[in-house]
Amino acid sequence: MSGPSTFVPKSALGRWFESRLPLGGLIHSSFIVYPTPRNLNYWWTFGGILSFMLVAQIVTGIVLAMHYTPHVDYAFLSVEHIMRDVNWGWLIRYAHANGASMFFVAVYIHMFRGLYYGSYKAPREILWILGVIIYLLMMATGFMGYVLPWGQMSFWGATVITNLFSAIPLVGDAITTWLWGGYSVDNPTLNRFFSLHFLLPFMIAGVVVLHVWALHVVGQNNPDGIEVKNTERDTLSFTPYATGKDSFALVCFMIFYAWFVFYTPNFLGHADNYIEANPLSTPAHIVPEWYYLPFYAILRAVPSKLGGVTLMFSAIVVLAFLPWLDTSRVRSAKYRPMYKVFFWAFVAACIGLGYLGAQPPEGGYVIAARLLTVYYFGFFIIIMPLLGLFETPKPLPASIADAVLGKGGLAAAQH
Amino acid sequence: MNRFAKLGLAAALALGLAAATGARAADEPNNDGHGLTPSRQSWSFAGPFGAFDQAQVQRGFQVFREVCAVCHSARNLSFRNLSQEGGPEFTEGQVKALAAEYQIKDGPNDAGEMFERQGRPADRFPWNYPNAEAAKATLGALPPDLSVMAKARSYSRGFPMFLLDAVIQYQEHGVDYVYALLNGYSNPKDLNHNDYFPGGKIAMAKPLTDGQVDYTDGSPKTVQQYSKDVSSFLMWMAEPKLEERKHTGFKVMAFLILFAGLLYLTKKKIWADAH
Repeated sequence: MSGPSTFVPKSALGRWFESRLPLGGLIHSSFIVYPTPRNLNYWWTFGGILSFMLVAQIVTGIVLAMHYTPHVDYAFLSVEHIMRDVNWGWLIRYAHANGASMFFVAVYIHMFRGLYYGSYKAPREILWILGVIIYLLMMATGFMGYVLPWGQMSFWGATVITNLFSAIPLVGDAITTWLWGGYSVDNPTLNRFFSLHFLLPFMIAGVVVLHVWALHVVGQNNPDGIEVKNTERDTLSFTPYATGKDSFALVCFMIFYAWFVFYTPNFLGHADNYIEANPLSTPAHIVPEWYYLPFYAILRAVPSKLGGVTLMFSAIVVLAFLPWLDTSRVRSAKYRPMYKVFFWAFVAACIGLGYLGAQPPEGGYVIAARLLTVYYFGFFIIIMPLLGLFETPKPLPASIADAVLGKGGLAAAQH
Repeated sequence: MNRFAKLGLAAALALGLAAATGARAADEPNNDGHGLTPSRQSWSFAGPFGAFDQAQVQRGFQVFREVCAVCHSARNLSFRNLSQEGGPEFTEGQVKALAAEYQIKDGPNDAGEMFERQGRPADRFPWNYPNAEAAKATLGALPPDLSVMAKARSYSRGFPMFLLDAVIQYQEHGVDYVYALLNGYSNPKDLNHNDYFPGGKIAMAKPLTDGQVDYTDGSPKTVQQYSKDVSSFLMWMAEPKLEERKHTGFKVMAFLILFAGLLYLTKKKIWADAH
């Protein structure tokens, strides 16, 4: 897809600079002439939305860090100080707190899109695995960020999650003590979480660069899941086509985001986090942020702690093996009638697990969580490998141009 | 013993003698320990164009100051906040006079001594107790800080309302709970019984009685009115930038929707020849 850049700056100074550092050529080939399949739908705009969210989180986060105090005695008060006394502090904090949720909304849509259209399949395995790494880093960042306001959920969420490591045989307790910097979640824990919460987004940014690089080597997948055969017929240049479409989608997403920030800023949070952390008082229900709930449900579905922890982490790790678990030669669910059904059942299972993660771990809730956990893993390690062998895919269109423009697309594309 | 403690003692005595009004014997708290579900109230600050009712928040401050603040702290509240836009909006003169009624512990001075001085608008609203231990010793339990109380309580709306709340912008769960709680002392024989408190037993004995706070604007001097006013005040104290947020939100939304419309037309034009 990529070749030597044909970009030639107009000015003499530009040409002088370009021959020494081809920055203009990089931008030109990556964001101007980069060929995008002409059949991309709006589900493909979430990559751009995610880039925006990462930048938004870093910018608001840096401003918040200027006013926040990572100390158990002051953290909670400093957040209220931001809300009350810092110019536009309420906006920056609500944008950051809700921004985390928006980031996850976008990443889940992005991931399910990849799952539906088979975007993880060859030659995009590395691209996909880099995505899984970004997701893991996001989970770690979000978790540590939620601890910083030092409310009740911050403290008890941190206690529950860090305690999971104590399930590791032999070295578990030592690891937990090492993570805490003491014998319980306390000031050293808050301090290091703040430090890491500041660091990780930049690591995410680094992996995002690799992710985009890998994308630009193999090219985008597309709703029909067929490779570009003829760049002229099957693709459109990134600018103005993708930039135009992405900008519109981004602003629509920002409307959704702004709704939460300005009108229901605490909807996605938990009321208990407006109570300052108190190690002597355990909340009735310790509930993590909504974006961890499916994994929390899996954790609690298993009666043994070690088993639950292992299963919870496996639920994420299994994603990295997708390119090899899926045996189908057809990528897109559009041409996979059976996979389509199992896919939507999987989406429903994830939402169901999310709901169960917020319920108390008792009675029917646990049974339901177990059933859905079985389906979650069954989807990846049983259904996906077998489906490729038994499913008869629908016939694929000859080319992307044919899929979009029908037969005779050649004439239309070349007018 | 300062005058607030005396006032508190007087209030407690008044409570002991008061006949309970608005008893809700029919609504027994359910047995699962969650308490009754509060009902939704109508608040001036709800919805996308919501704003505080200035007179109500001023009355609420009076209730807060004369009743709640006897035991509770409000460590995020400064006197100066009371004259800021989008709240009770007392005049600066009023706030200055109010602050001057309080003695604030300051120091250490150049002799290394702590000293008391007259309050200033920049001071935090002082607590009646020097520390949590002292409050616990006197009151038997530590009264929670009220600064963000209106956001720190909630109740479950169940499926599917918990999802729809984001759409209908219902977010006054905390205030509705506080209002319900203050009206939930249904047993005149047990002043620590509360229909809405988990478990039905609350350490805070019935704090409000009819006629207890002397309103000067002719508003009814009832528990219902007091609790409505003070809940409103607590919401302001928890979210003093609520009005600014909603005003800004409208401008941002209007801009984004217009911008999205223009981008849509642009995108349509760009893509016109690509299909």
